[in-house]
Amino acid sequence: MSHSTVPRGGSEAENQKKQRTARSAARTTAGKVIGIGKQAGTSETSGDASAGSGATGAPGPARPSGKLRLRLRLRRDRTLLLMTVPALALVLVFNYIPILGNVVAFQEYDPYVSDNGFVAIFHSPWVGLEQFQRIFEDSAFWDAVQNTLVLFSLQLLLFFPIPILLALLINSVIRPRIRAVSQAILYLPHFFSWVLVITVFQQIFGGAGIIAQTLRQHGYEGFDLMTDPGIFKFLVTAEGVWKDAGWGIIVFLAALASVSPDLYEAAAMDGAGRWRRMWHVTLPALRPVIALLLVLRVGDALTVGFEQILLQRDAVGPGAAEVLDTFVWWNGVRNQDFSYAAAAGLVKGVVSLGLVLAANKVAHLMGEQGVYKK
Amino acid sequence: MAAPSRWAAPPRPAWEDEPSKAGLAGKGIVLVGACLGVLFPLWIVVVTSLSTKQTITEAGGLVMIPKGITFIAYQELLSGGQVTRASIVSLGVTLVGTLFSMTVSILAAYGLSRVGSVGHRWILMTFLATMFFGAGLIPTYLLVQSLGLTDTYLALILPSAISVFNILVLRGFFMGISPELIDSARIDGAGDWRILWTIVMPLSRAVIAVITLFYAVGYWSAWFNASIYLSDQDMMPLQNVMIQLVQKQEPPVGMGQAIKTGQLSALAVQMAVMTLALVPVAVLSPFVQRHFKKGMLTGAIKG
Repeated sequence: MSHSTVPRGGSEAENQKKQRTARSAARTTAGKVIGIGKQAGTSETSGDASAGSGATGAPGPARPSGKLRLRLRLRRDRTLLLMTVPALALVLVFNYIPILGNVVAFQEYDPYVSDNGFVAIFHSPWVGLEQFQRIFEDSAFWDAVQNTLVLFSLQLLLFFPIPILLALLINSVIRPRIRAVSQAILYLPHFFSWVLVITVFQQIFGGAGIIAQTLRQHGYEGFDLMTDPGIFKFLVTAEGVWKDAGWGIIVFLAALASVSPDLYEAAAMDGAGRWRRMWHVTLPALRPVIALLLVLRVGDALTVGFEQILLQRDAVGPGAAEVLDTFVWWNGVRNQDFSYAAAAGLVKGVVSLGLVLAANKVAHLMGEQGVYKK
Repeated sequence: MAAPSRWAAPPRPAWEDEPSKAGLAGKGIVLVGACLGVLFPLWIVVVTSLSTKQTITEAGGLVMIPKGITFIAYQELLSGGQVTRASIVSLGVTLVGTLFSMTVSILAAYGLSRVGSVGHRWILMTFLATMFFGAGLIPTYLLVQSLGLTDTYLALILPSAISVFNILVLRGFFMGISPELIDSARIDGAGDWRILWTIVMPLSRAVIAVITLFYAVGYWSAWFNASIYLSDQDMMPLQNVMIQLVQKQEPPVGMGQAIKTGQLSALAVQMAVMTLALVPVAVLSPFVQRHFKKGMLTGAIKG
């Protein structure tokens, strides 16, 4: 109460204080509820104390006016500010300025109008929402949307639970060496490039891969899963599991390590067996993490592995392997239809932002923390 | 030796019942299966890259059981030519890029580590906001082009130089360093540069090692920026050469003859390229993994 009204300037504070004293005095003399009067009295003294310390406090008479205070703080923090400048410059140039570049989505961008690609934006004609109209009438776009959503659902269903199960498994292993070694092995593929992951899969499931090769040696017919559009969605999910499932356990293991052993002991004392302890102690401990990761994943639903899919687009064909991100790449970078591609990218960006915010809202409604606090 | 004791199981708490034999066996099978699922493909790749043409022909392709080891594929690849050049490019970009990214990130993380400093909130928000939206591929592409970065190695470093997530991890760690330590240094007359260099960074070796690995792996693995910003084939990093040679099965430049006539197997060459891309990561990451302490990375997810 009184802290929120800590005075900004000295003279102002004096006035306020006088006013308040007068008011509370008036109140007590009016003989209203004495408790309130007392409260006002105490709050007034505390306000008085803070005002006093503000005037004569440690950093000297530092608060005569807001401007001077800022200048002092600037001098104090100038090194800190200077240190953030390089990163800030990079973020501004490569994250913020390109946002402005999205205006090409409302133009018929012509890269040859000027030598400089960004300057050419100022000379290109405006066409309003024409690009968006074209997109929504383009069946290739809707195919990309469909592929994206199918891949997202598959990844959510098949990929998401695996790290949780692996973490529970590793957490139940009590020998420290086995835990360390198996974690080291499972983390490893996370650090491989997508090119490496896909070429590794090629050696296993490709037409010349080890499985097809062994089958052929035993008189069966070989196969090539890497170029089969029908199972491409499962292939993409499997590659994702191989690369990142091990890495995914790191968050869950941290959450599991923070559960107090007392809880397990108490549950065991009450007669809870292994599975009931898992259901009533372990899973509730994981719930906030699971909710957070779900929110992040749903917010990112339209991004389903751009590099990974782009690498395989040639082998499988756009029918199965065109997702929103590769649609943008194909139309923009390959076909140089920049405005059309930027419009598609903008649609994706706006919908994604909406998804993030909506997913957070849902998390808050469920009583979880979400990505940011309310 | 101390090793056997670390393999042994520590005693279970008294209240916990002993697990059943079947349960233990099931757990073991799943865990071993998962680990083999990771290691087996890598084994095939490395073994085939070290096999002679004869072994590969006998096996009908990929080799599972090594029979005599030869380094001929590596000798051919690393004695100049396309793959040698690409490896040097990748190493160079990774070293320079990681040094640059770490410098910028550590400075930013320290600059934001004191709550209540001028502009702290605003600068932090500027960074955080980029985690919620991307500008999009096309505007970024146009910008990089108009900055004149195309066909330079800067295009492989600058656009993706910093990761806000990494900065937040570093910042979280810096903020955990006891303020008394920093205050006492300040009273002794140390400025922020000195505090960062002599107190904060030595105390943060673990997190710095982890973030360095993240950045280095990022640069080593990157191929997309090279594919859209570089047009000169001689400038391509290793990953892009790997796409050509292994994924698209094109014969390596200047080695077609050696493969046709000599005892060099095209398959061994492909597997050797993959091994070259694999080894630095596989060797480095276990050293850094000791530092993946619980909570260190998760702390950054929640603001």
